[in-house]
Amino acid sequence: MTKSGLLLKKLADRAGTGVVILSATLIALVLGYIFSFITLKGAGVLSWDFLTKPPMNNMTEGGIFPAIVGTFYLAVISTIASFPIGLGAGIYLAEYASDNWFTRLIRSTTRNLGGIPSIVYGIFGVALFVQLSRMGTSLLASGLTLGLMNLPWLITTSEEALRQVPHSYREGSLALGATKWQTIWKAVLPAALPGILTGMILSMSRAMGETAPILFTGVVFYTPHLPTSPTSQFMALPYHLYILATQHQNIEGVRPLAYGTALVLVILTFILNLAAFFIRKRFSPKA
Amino acid sequence: MIFGLKKLTDRIARVVFLFAAVISVMVVLGIVLLLGKNTILALKTVPPAQLLFGTNWNPAGYTAASYGSLPLLISSAMVTVGAMAIAVPWGLLVAVYLSEVATERQRAFFKPIVELLAAVPSVIYGFLGLVITGPLVARLTGQSSGLNALNASVILAIMILPTIISISDDALKAVPRTYREAARALGATRWQTIWGVVAIAARPGIVAAIMLGFGRAIGETMAVLMAAGNAPAMPHSFLDPVRPLTATIAIELGEVPWNTEHYYVLFALGFYLFLITLLVNLIAEPFVKRVKESA
Repeated sequence: MTKSGLLLKKLADRAGTGVVILSATLIALVLGYIFSFITLKGAGVLSWDFLTKPPMNNMTEGGIFPAIVGTFYLAVISTIASFPIGLGAGIYLAEYASDNWFTRLIRSTTRNLGGIPSIVYGIFGVALFVQLSRMGTSLLASGLTLGLMNLPWLITTSEEALRQVPHSYREGSLALGATKWQTIWKAVLPAALPGILTGMILSMSRAMGETAPILFTGVVFYTPHLPTSPTSQFMALPYHLYILATQHQNIEGVRPLAYGTALVLVILTFILNLAAFFIRKRFSPKA
Repeated sequence: MIFGLKKLTDRIARVVFLFAAVISVMVVLGIVLLLGKNTILALKTVPPAQLLFGTNWNPAGYTAASYGSLPLLISSAMVTVGAMAIAVPWGLLVAVYLSEVATERQRAFFKPIVELLAAVPSVIYGFLGLVITGPLVARLTGQSSGLNALNASVILAIMILPTIISISDDALKAVPRTYREAARALGATRWQTIWGVVAIAARPGIVAAIMLGFGRAIGETMAVLMAAGNAPAMPHSFLDPVRPLTATIAIELGEVPWNTEHYYVLFALGFYLFLITLLVNLIAEPFVKRVKESA
């Protein structure tokens, strides 16, 4: 090889590495820009009143308290409905399932469920919960729809958390005469708990941020009352933002409120994600 | 006695877990049954040819409603392809950075960033499309409104980046170190090693990343609803406002009375979307499996 050819190769190598570093930096900048933009625009609206008062004057004044409450209820209901099933299925796949067609079927459907668009869960929720199960448009119907959407995620994260528990835990417990159930309950689950909790917290974050599954299953524009029962209609942060941003008669006038709502929603999801991040980091079996 | 009880609990636990696992199969069956039923009801009055290939979407037509979903499908295809064109090269470069170039420390800095990007709710991305990229696109292209297929593509690209990055990163990381060492020993530069050896070996995983990113993009609702301009007419360029399948369901289902023709047709669109994403996932499945097994 000639000297100039070698130089060219080296130059290409340097340039390539530069491009790669640049592309990663760009992602950090995008996230930084999104976060600082929403913070700067929304911080002016953020106040105790904004967080604790209902909207007033046709949503041109006041706060977002009912939407915060609705979003909180959605996260709780969807988690109560789907977490036990997701964990149970995860336990089955990690601890019991043998490699046969049945297990492959469950794995394959779980993977495919995870790829179904949220709007499809939304219309399925209308057909199954709102209409067929006669729940009407309600907190319960929306919460269950979100629960279904989160199910594949919960199954996968639970299974992965259980699989990270070393085999010696199980062998030790079984050797001491424990049954399989006792082994799972007393030895494997406690060790896998941080990973399982991480998955649960992230599923709550997803339930709080989703809009499409609740669009037709119970969320409303405005209700003067906080939800009093699972059959109530409710307000929710992401839908509130959607309405303020696109459907309000005075879109420019309510823009500050839209930024404030966006900021609250982003802060809530970031808090949950950071919590999940630290749990995983603190209790990671590798660390 | 005690021993019998222990055994019984053990049996019961197994059955309970098995039942939980079967639920995901039941959910898929439920979706097929309920959406399929409403789709059949729609096809009773709307000819399949019109629904699939009709070019006029006008459910509130004055004389007769027209349910041609082709403009919606083309809208979906445009924003998805546009997003892929941006996110695939960008995402691959970031994955290469994370797996091949970054130090442990840099990785620990960038990984959470990618995860946070994935955690931002889609309605926020839609809002950003409205207030940041929309006006920017308008200014750069000289249009009066920047809410069009191009704008939606940009927003969607940012949304699917985390999917593409994290799966490609896993795939690249799973390539044995000996491959890199052999290439370097033969005199290849780092750049040549990455693209000539490591990326080739990681190809199934990269395909999986691209397919899953594609599935996410075509199914995304709120972001395209808010950023794409929302016009159900046949689009001619990326500067036209468009309305993908997902956005059409989102905007119309809330306003139609239940169990009407229009209602059933929207379910048919949902079923259509379900079948498209199912197909994408089934094609991706063998590739995804290979990443999982090698990781």
